[in-house]
Amino acid sequence: MMDAAGGAVIIGASAGALEALSLILPELASDFPRPILVIVHVPPDKRSVLAAIFGAKCQLRAVEAEDKEPIEPGVIYFAPPDYHLLIEDEKTIALSDEDQVLFSRPSIDVAFESAAEVWGKSLTGIILTGANHDGAQGLRAVADAGGTALVQDPEGAYAPTMPEAAIAACPQARVLSLESIASYLQGIAS
Amino acid sequence: MTETFEKVEDIEIRLLLDALYHRYHYDFRNYAMASIRRRLRQAREQLGYPTISALQESALHDPDILPILLRYLTVQVSEMFRDPSYFQAIREKVIPHLRTYPSLKIWIAGCSSGEELYSFVILFREEGLEERTIFYATDINPEALAQAESGIYDLERIRLFTENHRRAGGKTSLSDYYHSGYNRCVFDKSLRRQVVFSDHSLVTDQVFGEMQFVSCRNVMIYFDRDLQDRAIGLFKDALPRNGFLGLGAKETLRFSAHANAFRDFVREEKIYQRAGA
Repeated sequence: MMDAAGGAVIIGASAGALEALSLILPELASDFPRPILVIVHVPPDKRSVLAAIFGAKCQLRAVEAEDKEPIEPGVIYFAPPDYHLLIEDEKTIALSDEDQVLFSRPSIDVAFESAAEVWGKSLTGIILTGANHDGAQGLRAVADAGGTALVQDPEGAYAPTMPEAAIAACPQARVLSLESIASYLQGIAS
Repeated sequence: MTETFEKVEDIEIRLLLDALYHRYHYDFRNYAMASIRRRLRQAREQLGYPTISALQESALHDPDILPILLRYLTVQVSEMFRDPSYFQAIREKVIPHLRTYPSLKIWIAGCSSGEELYSFVILFREEGLEERTIFYATDINPEALAQAESGIYDLERIRLFTENHRRAGGKTSLSDYYHSGYNRCVFDKSLRRQVVFSDHSLVTDQVFGEMQFVSCRNVMIYFDRDLQDRAIGLFKDALPRNGFLGLGAKETLRFSAHANAFRDFVREEKIYQRAGA
């Protein structure tokens, strides 16, 4: 496995995200060597509970990302509701108020494209269940920058639209079940 | 291949930002790169330039493009009483302190099109503090300032504003403060009686007075770390001991060089209080 310590994992999910992420994130051991950025569509006016839920379920620390926060390996960062999440070259979180993209803020495309520029080949981008097309262009950007693109098999997805759109935009992506995605990530650690 | 291209684009962006500074004294050179890159790409595409360099050439020779570029470079998304719990915390926890002052100065730094300013004025009127307060509303974008000063907003946004105001513990009805027609609503000019609008840059200008409260929300997320430190340094200088600083919901002083100059006042709402020394 190439450059396990220097890279990052970014995951995008929408409808059905909670269940899908529950089959992946708790499987990762406490010495997982990369940061994991998670972009989930959540209603803008809600305080997100994702970091609290997964903090309790996971061996890794889970936080809601704050602006200018340094990105550390072995931490799960959830994009806060109503902000786009971008990554600066020096590997810190940059939040943004810019307009919604595909009716979404956070936008999976925006976060993936930004992460692809920073991590290039050592980024793993993963698109899970969801009912819109967000993430498709982002996953394409991950693959174009030489990173690894994974998509949840639409067959088993709660909402297949988002994985299907991702596969269409990024045909070289590997299509895997949630269990296989979890094993793939465990493989990065070993 | 891709990497080489990206680097060239970053150079072009730096050159364009330099050009804007030298030509017009707008200084975006220390803005956070990830977002600037995205917005300049949008500008390049939507304005139909083949490269950022071509956009730079226009920016140097055609002053008419400046206001258009400013629209891309300054983000103008806000709503009245955005994050109602922030305003509720001000009402319940900060106002009791501010009441003890005979006169007050409040600085809305980076006020954009004015939504946050009007939220403050309405809140202070409801609490009976408006008369003794001067509100400074500052921004770098003249177009946004003019809009703030006009107090005119799309009617379709008023439902959200009203709901936010209610959730912020509003003691009056928001409709007391505006009249509507032609799909717009116009906020009452009496709300501007105590307001000073001014062009002010957190990048290049200095402090202009002692403030009891500075609200600067979702402005510094567009700054890099050094520039953020400069801005927070200004707030530190503008605030006397126990003065208040309010930031956006996902901003923090944790990573700032001035973290020690402030303490949490309402931690979950990002309201800080100036510590001594």
